[in-house]
Amino acid sequence: MSSTGTVVTPPAEPSRAPEDERPSYLQQVLDSSWMIILSAIVIALVASSVLIAAANAEVQEAATYLFARPGDFFGAAWDAIYSAYSALFRGAIFDYQADGLRRIRPITETMLASTPLILAGLGLAIGFRSGLFNIGAQGQVLMGGAAATWIAITFQAPVVVHVVLACLAAVVVGGLWAGIAGFLKARTGANEVIVTIMLNSIAVFLVSYLLTTSVLAGGGSRPISPPVGPNAQLPLVLGPPFRLHWGFIVALLAAVGVWWLLERSVLGFRFRAVGANQEAARTAGIRVNLMFVLVMITAGALAGLGGATQILGTDKTLQASSAGSIGFDAITVALLGRSTPLGTVLAALLFGALRAGSPLMQTSANTPIDIVLVIQASIVLLIAAPPLVRSLSLVHGIAKWTGRSGKEARA
Amino acid sequence: MKLELRGITKRFGPLVANDHIDLTFEQGEIHALLGENGAGKSTLMNVLYGLYDPDGGEILVDDAPVRFEGPGDAMAAGIGMVHQHFMLIPVFTVAENVVLGHEPTKGGAGIIDLAEARRLVREISDRFGFDVDPDALVEDLPVGVQQRVEIIKALSRDAKVLILDEPTAVLTPQETDELIGIMRQLRAAGTSIVFITHKLREVKAVADKITVIRRGKVVGTASPKDSEAELASLMVGRSVVLGVDKAPARPADVGLAVRGLTVIDERGARVVDDISFEVHRGEIVALAGVQGNGQSELAETLLGLMPATGGSITLDGAELLGRSVDDVLRAGVGFVPEDRSTDGLISTFSIAENLILDLHDQAPYARAGSLSPSRVAANAEQRVGEFDIRLTSVQDPISTLSGGNQQKVVLAREMSRPLRLLVASQPTRGLDVGSIEFVHKRIVAERDKGTPVLIVSTELDEVLALADRIAVMYRGRIIGVVPGGTDRDVLGLMMAGVPAETAHKDAAAHHTTLGAADLEEQQ
Amino acid sequence: MSTQTTTLDAPGAQLVQQRIAWRTPVIYLVVGALAFVFFGLLTSADEVTRFTVSTSRDFVTISPFAVPSKLVGLVLSVAALGLAGWATYLTRERRKVPTWVPITFGGLVLLAFLVWVMAGNGNALPLTLLLTGALVLSAPLVFGALAGLLCERSGIINIAIEGQLLAGAFLAVVVASITGNPYAGLVAAPVAGALVGGVLVMFAVRYWVDQIIVGVVLNVLVIGVTNYLFSTVLTQNPQALNNPPRLPTLPIPVLSQIPVIGPVLFNHSLVIYLMYAAVAVLQVMVFRSRWGLRMRSVGEHPKAADTVGIKVNLTRVKNTVLGGAVAGLGGAALVAAGLAFTKELTSGKGYIALAAMILGRWSPKGALAAALLFGFADSLRQVLGNLGSPVPSQFLSMLPYLATIFAVAGLVGRVRPPAAEGKPYVK
Repeated sequence: MSSTGTVVTPPAEPSRAPEDERPSYLQQVLDSSWMIILSAIVIALVASSVLIAAANAEVQEAATYLFARPGDFFGAAWDAIYSAYSALFRGAIFDYQADGLRRIRPITETMLASTPLILAGLGLAIGFRSGLFNIGAQGQVLMGGAAATWIAITFQAPVVVHVVLACLAAVVVGGLWAGIAGFLKARTGANEVIVTIMLNSIAVFLVSYLLTTSVLAGGGSRPISPPVGPNAQLPLVLGPPFRLHWGFIVALLAAVGVWWLLERSVLGFRFRAVGANQEAARTAGIRVNLMFVLVMITAGALAGLGGATQILGTDKTLQASSAGSIGFDAITVALLGRSTPLGTVLAALLFGALRAGSPLMQTSANTPIDIVLVIQASIVLLIAAPPLVRSLSLVHGIAKWTGRSGKEARA
Repeated sequence: MKLELRGITKRFGPLVANDHIDLTFEQGEIHALLGENGAGKSTLMNVLYGLYDPDGGEILVDDAPVRFEGPGDAMAAGIGMVHQHFMLIPVFTVAENVVLGHEPTKGGAGIIDLAEARRLVREISDRFGFDVDPDALVEDLPVGVQQRVEIIKALSRDAKVLILDEPTAVLTPQETDELIGIMRQLRAAGTSIVFITHKLREVKAVADKITVIRRGKVVGTASPKDSEAELASLMVGRSVVLGVDKAPARPADVGLAVRGLTVIDERGARVVDDISFEVHRGEIVALAGVQGNGQSELAETLLGLMPATGGSITLDGAELLGRSVDDVLRAGVGFVPEDRSTDGLISTFSIAENLILDLHDQAPYARAGSLSPSRVAANAEQRVGEFDIRLTSVQDPISTLSGGNQQKVVLAREMSRPLRLLVASQPTRGLDVGSIEFVHKRIVAERDKGTPVLIVSTELDEVLALADRIAVMYRGRIIGVVPGGTDRDVLGLMMAGVPAETAHKDAAAHHTTLGAADLEEQQ
Repeated sequence: MSTQTTTLDAPGAQLVQQRIAWRTPVIYLVVGALAFVFFGLLTSADEVTRFTVSTSRDFVTISPFAVPSKLVGLVLSVAALGLAGWATYLTRERRKVPTWVPITFGGLVLLAFLVWVMAGNGNALPLTLLLTGALVLSAPLVFGALAGLLCERSGIINIAIEGQLLAGAFLAVVVASITGNPYAGLVAAPVAGALVGGVLVMFAVRYWVDQIIVGVVLNVLVIGVTNYLFSTVLTQNPQALNNPPRLPTLPIPVLSQIPVIGPVLFNHSLVIYLMYAAVAVLQVMVFRSRWGLRMRSVGEHPKAADTVGIKVNLTRVKNTVLGGAVAGLGGAALVAAGLAFTKELTSGKGYIALAAMILGRWSPKGALAAALLFGFADSLRQVLGNLGSPVPSQFLSMLPYLATIFAVAGLVGRVRPPAAEGKPYVK
């Protein structure tokens, strides 16, 4: 390898010596069965319910006389957990307590929340398949959003043209921002993990600087841009009261496009070849360094588009915190989705549901939104370690137990 | 010290690497373990050295059973090992490497006593005349010296039994001779040596006792006096023809011409130094030499993987230098890389995908940027038949194939289009005898089609079997070009930097242990 | 392709001389020239820069003074250019540039920058305050960077420094609040950090999960858990649970009375003195002790370490847990002034610590220097934010991140991480 300043080894790099040949993390995730994923989700929810119960005031009170009346304790715990998760369900999927069409509004909110996650997640998935560890979706989303906002508030254009131009700007700027990391890796061997982490922070400071200067400043003292005009907004799919906009459709189309790119195109073959074995790809005449740049640009373009959908469709205005935790959530989305387009969409919908449902959980069950982060992180940690999931999962325990008793019976 | 293995069994999944192996190593003898690559020799030694936990059997030291939890226990019992891939830390000094794991310290805080470490290195180094600087960084040392550091490391722990795992793989014949001297010196001092190798001549030259291992089992013992053919058939389980049947070459006009080629690597070393040679159509030229004398870099430069500083490489009159790898491949160069698992194959890709790795963007596999899975699969089915590749499905990952079949995939891919040059580096490294025969036949067949063939090999046996002409490389230069079938000792001396003429004279006057064995065989 | 070890260093080998690395001296020259133009030539001649170097509480008080901005800027940048020239000369002669050169060079340019940035400002620049702030702000970074190098030197990539700092800060606040004793918090913080380190190394060593992933996800997990506990438990009873006392200041007798140096270095709480000790001890232990040699061997070539009887995974576990504990201490340093816990209190400091470790090339003293630089940038941002300055604060905030990108892109010389970093050891 000719890299000079490599700091951390890319995870998907194939091991050289056959004796330490082991499945890479990505390989492990790709190989893990749906059963493991399902068990991981269940275990994460169960683990989080312990936190939910522990933080509940009634449960804490009942715990003080646990040994006197254990029923109270378990009742209170069940109530707390049930109300939290049922509120999460009502906020994210189907609100059986609402009337008429409003009952299905939660599921559209889930789709809305999943839109930027799908797009940024697809970008990261391409990177993972190509052996690049892009931690920089956060910055790419923000820069893309800022570029879209800039076009949206400084230029005038007809209805469809304006929003398309704004999205294109996001694609270009997001791509270029990520391209910096790709370029530095190709030219100097600078590790993309470190560079993208640093670019995330730089993006935040850059945007917050722009928000205080003429370009993006909204005029007030707060660092926030003026609202995006109607021509530059992404149109609604269903119309009010549903907030779901065309960004979701764009994201689904992007998923199809990424599938074609990775599975059926010459370029995707090269991306995957570089991801699986750089040396062999180079020997086969593939220009590895060029691929690094192209992969990062594609990933950044998708993340940038995700930022555009967030600003032009959902938020309608830009702040330094606009990217929220989209970039980091997208990492977990791409990993949970096994870096495939379909998996990424499904994982984004799951995490979108958690995001969409958590506000109702907070207001009606008093469970803070932050529990979502715990659930998300636990799921991803668990799917990374299938043996751990197997040892924790009930199904496995039962299978083992019946297996043993079966043997004893035969004996 | 007497060391005994009883019924050692080691499995890796379904594969039985060692199957009830019984062995006894007596004090002060050189005991050779002979076997093909993959026969299970290294696995056995890793068990003996405590690196692997055996699934069955026991180890006895002086008739008392012992159990090794790790290499620490094995070392404490007086076993030392020099691994095939050196176990030295490149960024540490010689002294640090030698004392690692049993560091002398001063004061209470565990600060290493470097003076004591240096003294230890010097003492052993002087005893055997090694001439090793304790303060040199290991990464700066030549391979031969690194090997001596490994031996010092083992001796500094009072090893009574020294395991040498394929110690000659990286040495010139002359360096090998020196190593054989060291082994005899150690034996005289009462050290037992376990000498692992697949090279018959070395075994005959130095061993007191020979045990042959095949497919994880001990298949017999032999005496150093047995003939090479006997040892070989014991090793591979059937009688083998050493060498390839091939018709004399009928060289035509020049295909590949290399003129004044110079390559300087990243560190500023002149790895290829003003090299000129030609390969005619219809002949096989072998680049022989000890690993690390610029052959790999020359091959990489041919393909366009490394930039050249000067000179030219022309193929049928067209310049190749300065062109991208892609361009060179399109010019009709077939390239079998030295290390197939790193450079030739993508282990997670399917067999079908690996068969189009460097053709993936060309018709009929790709059109307008889009791949055709059905044409890729059809191509694979055809190649698999042609090259007799044993598999279940062409859609399986290539990692499911054996090394021999993987190498056939690489060859099938590179020979699946009309070639104007074939470059093959170490084409049979790590293969079993059957696969070696197949690969050699294919290469000769390609020559007979009129393709110029350049073989890069560090195995003298392979060079002698294939080459019509042999160019020997030493420190980046071609020290001489000699006809195929030249005396092994002459080649050996040339590989050590002696010009051809002098080498002929010296070899006649002074045979090496191996060369002498060679001649004995011929008589 | 893999490059082979060449056996070319024996006598008679055709070695061409190593190409001269012009990059570093060129950077010095460019930076020096820029300083000369911007901090010297372009400064107005009639402006002055005011400094204060002591407060009334100090043992020795020095009255504030003013210097002519342009003249001092010119003198400082010319001196810097002179050093750059000296470095260029040494490089051409293939001689080693001594370590004091870049340090002095950096100091000169920094001073020139300060003179320029405060030129014509009605307020005086409180130098002592600036430097003290730099030291205090850099403490969490120093601990974090030391944690990172303890892990990485043994082969485990620690992206979870952020989570370890956060967990340490959280537990320090809660324990100090409950007990009312700030030292109890100082003891508790490493436990939290070690716990996070333990989870990291368990996933890395036992399940071979990619260490970068575990690190990133652990950061999210710790943010999630601390946020959650903050919004539930801590906000229910902030008086009892989120009201830590500050760690008392312990002036060192005599030393703390030295002008400027005393208040900057020797008038701090215990956690800063612990930082001095940690850097000094680790600098010796990592490179010269048996423990350090073994740790580095495991990070460079684990199989080689195994063959001489060193327990690779055990070494990694121990060092990662120790590293986590050190980072936890960094969390305690973050809240040493008696800060209450807030959501995501660390705000990316773990990543800056990672950067400091890389910039410091995996050595304790290098990490200290890099962390001090970052702490200085932060302190300057705070001080200038109060005094007003021509440089937007966002750009000062970006500085550490930009410096790191330059570092990993090889603009400040080659960085070489431990060879086996990030690779699980499988026999």
